[in-house]
Amino acid sequence: MVTERYIVKGDDFQAAGSASSAMKQMLRGAGVPMEVIRRAAICMYEGEINMVIHARGGEAEVSFDGQEITMKLSDNGSGIENPQLALKEGWSTATDEIRGLGFGAGMGLPNMKRNSDDLTIESVPGKGTTIVMKIKV
Amino acid sequence: MTLSKVKELLGAEILCGESNMEQEILSACGSDMMSDVLAFVKEQSMLLTGLVNPQVMRTAEMMDMRCIVFVRGKRPDQPMLDLAESHGMVVMNTPLRMYPSCGRLYEAGLKGENA
Repeated sequence: MVTERYIVKGDDFQAAGSASSAMKQMLRGAGVPMEVIRRAAICMYEGEINMVIHARGGEAEVSFDGQEITMKLSDNGSGIENPQLALKEGWSTATDEIRGLGFGAGMGLPNMKRNSDDLTIESVPGKGTTIVMKIKV
Repeated sequence: MTLSKVKELLGAEILCGESNMEQEILSACGSDMMSDVLAFVKEQSMLLTGLVNPQVMRTAEMMDMRCIVFVRGKRPDQPMLDLAESHGMVVMNTPLRMYPSCGRLYEAGLKGENA
């Protein structure tokens, strides 16, 4: 069982993706197949970008027990008012500035759901969001 | 198609990864929207884009891409190139716009999907 924790800094668009990059390296070291790592990387990176642009950053904990990858993302944001709506493709609350950076097409959460085997969202308005994604290896 | 051939077809300049130019790529994609690259791209190993920021490099890294071509003469800064180089990626830029860039590659046999 390997577990790593990554700090994601809010509003730091330059550094966004560094946690996902470190996770990729960790999973490669653990011998996870390339195509599974790519799915995990997409999930983690979409989540990391969301934490940076929407949620003032947070923490990611990734573990691999030899059979399953678990990614738990806990942010410092103000919560997602309607998680079901947020899972709909094209739904986005992103600003034009974020769109100018190449994100905010409303594909983030749907893409995380599509690339994971299981995704749960716990969100308390005013207190932040925790997303847990699992991928079988 | 080798990356050297891509360079020739696009009249491109190599910005980093010169020693990896003989590798073969089988397909490519073109987009300025990284959200869509992450959601729709499957096995494409080269990205053509007119968007310039560090997240272009990160997106390509997450998708295991081998090469990024910046169109419309866009030029990433050195930290972005360092990031790409640290992952063994080739980065080029071309003065061509997106549509003719994709057109030239497609016409020369590089398709959007793996055959």
